[in-house]
Amino acid sequence: MLKKSLIALATGLALSTAAFAQDKIDIVFIGKNTGNPYFDSLTKGFVEACEKIACNFEFVAPATAEATSQIPFIEAQIQRGVDVIAISPNSPDALNQVFDAARAKGIIVMTVNGDITGNESHRDLTILPTDFTKVGADQVEMVGSLIGYDGEIAILSATTEAPDQNFWIKGMSEAIKDPKYAKMKLVATVYGDDQPEKSTTEMEALLSNYPDLKGVIAPTTVGVAAAAQVVQSRGIADKVKVTGLGLPSEMRDFVKDGTVEAFQLWSPYNEGWLAAHLAVDLKAGKAKNEVGSTFEVPNLGTITINEGNSINTQSSLTTFNAENIDQFDF
Amino acid sequence: MSTTGAPTTPAAAMHEAAPARPVWHVALVRPETMTLVLLIVAIIVASYLSPYFLDIGYILRSFTLSAEFALVALVLTMVIIAGEIDLSPASNMALSACLFAWAQASGIPMPIAIAIGLLAGLAMGALNAFMVIALQLPSIIVTIGTLTLYRGLAQIIAGDKSIRVPDWFIGIDKVMVLGIPVPVVIFIVAALVLGLILAGTIFGRQIYQIGTNEVAARYAGIRTRRIKLTLFLLIGLVSAVAGMMTASRLGSVRYDLGLGGELQMVLMAMLGGTYIFGGRGTILGTFLAAWLLVVVSTGMTVANLLPAIQLTVLGVLLIVAIIATNFIYSRTQR
Repeated sequence: MLKKSLIALATGLALSTAAFAQDKIDIVFIGKNTGNPYFDSLTKGFVEACEKIACNFEFVAPATAEATSQIPFIEAQIQRGVDVIAISPNSPDALNQVFDAARAKGIIVMTVNGDITGNESHRDLTILPTDFTKVGADQVEMVGSLIGYDGEIAILSATTEAPDQNFWIKGMSEAIKDPKYAKMKLVATVYGDDQPEKSTTEMEALLSNYPDLKGVIAPTTVGVAAAAQVVQSRGIADKVKVTGLGLPSEMRDFVKDGTVEAFQLWSPYNEGWLAAHLAVDLKAGKAKNEVGSTFEVPNLGTITINEGNSINTQSSLTTFNAENIDQFDF
Repeated sequence: MSTTGAPTTPAAAMHEAAPARPVWHVALVRPETMTLVLLIVAIIVASYLSPYFLDIGYILRSFTLSAEFALVALVLTMVIIAGEIDLSPASNMALSACLFAWAQASGIPMPIAIAIGLLAGLAMGALNAFMVIALQLPSIIVTIGTLTLYRGLAQIIAGDKSIRVPDWFIGIDKVMVLGIPVPVVIFIVAALVLGLILAGTIFGRQIYQIGTNEVAARYAGIRTRRIKLTLFLLIGLVSAVAGMMTASRLGSVRYDLGLGGELQMVLMAMLGGTYIFGGRGTILGTFLAAWLLVVVSTGMTVANLLPAIQLTVLGVLLIVAIIATNFIYSRTQR
């Protein structure tokens, strides 16, 4: 029985490797960790693009999102000889050396949905969903409008070193200095490590430590869902406003029952869709990875490569609320 | 076994009547054999799973990712054989690497910075030893405490930022000796030296003695405290070396360097047949187990298997190893 299934497994793998032999390019996307629904949507973008254009796609991810857990996966892809590594990096610098090794083998390394800020020279290009420099300010404005620009707010983030979240949090602490937000006070930043249980515990702790808390920004999909869950089960939606960056599919029920009034995000699907198209065009010589050059992506139009070889799939955050949430299915 | 026909008391005669284990039995029925068999099976299965696996260069490169933990696991094996445990080495690696990186970043000359890192490692080993030996506290509790403490101190020093190391210091894993990456060479040399010490010296025999029966060992005139102190200092020092090797491989240092590594180290020792209650185990076993772990995880990663499957396989491996170790010891050490 075991032998049979092993043989079946081996044959399956042999078949899948045979498929590699065609002219299609091999793209692999390395997620932050498994069990993160956000990446399902991003991956779907890759998968559906590769059904239409000349690429084979695989998704892999480590079990945990700690700084070095992606290194063995990158080494493995180098060994497999893929053409393009797309990755949502778990660390802004621990991957530098292995990125260099991959690029030395002619592999295109693109960071997707997050960049290695400060170490941009170690990757070829980055695909970001939106202009990340505006995210912090947008989120402060969002929570401000929900609490009437008055009261204590807190941030529930991912891990202490998540590069994007830290960049946005920096943006938030800059934005809140604006006189418009003079009555708002950022009292705490806590980290739920992108784990539902830890995020829930941190949210509970925020509520106990800051009884006057008016608003919580959770700029991570796991965190905002956990925070909304806590507010829903305590029935305190009128006292504490939760907002942040969330997935419409996970937040729909909270928006429908009034736990969350509004939250923001972009389309992760488009990132995967764009990344796959760009990868194929780059390998085919149809697009050039140069600042200022442009290329066409079906459904998204003309995309420009910006300063720092950075590409945005949309210009500003999309706000989701009771009126529009049913239009989004990711 | 005595074969002379000298008159003996009935009890002694009964005792001597137990048949001796044949030589092949002594040589082959031991936990390391199981580890070796598992290693061979793992290599065969991994080669089946992915055509990209069986490449010695790739396997060696992959081993460099675990070489630091494997190095510490060798010393940990000796600590466990002596009847103690140390769960703080991974945190020690982070703190000593942070101190080293912080020192060189603030302008202290490199040799002194390295010395600071090594001394920090020694000091952390000494603190563990003080609490375990002088205060007579259980080492598992002490080192769970220092695991958290050292990691916390590392975070205080480094904060959420990473500290860079100079370019020339980066890339120990890219330097080759006879085609083998330096971290792997260090691991092999350390295994040879420690293996000889443990199996071939009086000091080594005394470590087994302490782990088998500490009270008896003390009455037999063995300086148990001094030996344990030596082991805790050694694991502290080696952890600091491992921390700096990691810093060189990654090119930067963060407080979370080597996070969770203590589990991998214990896993290597257990897979190699080291007995968790002390007195039994070998460096060879841990040496083989380190390769086994690398082969298993690398084989599954390069075949793009899901992490959930990988975790399950590792869990099953550990349980198999523990059952086999206990079974073998109960059969052979009556």
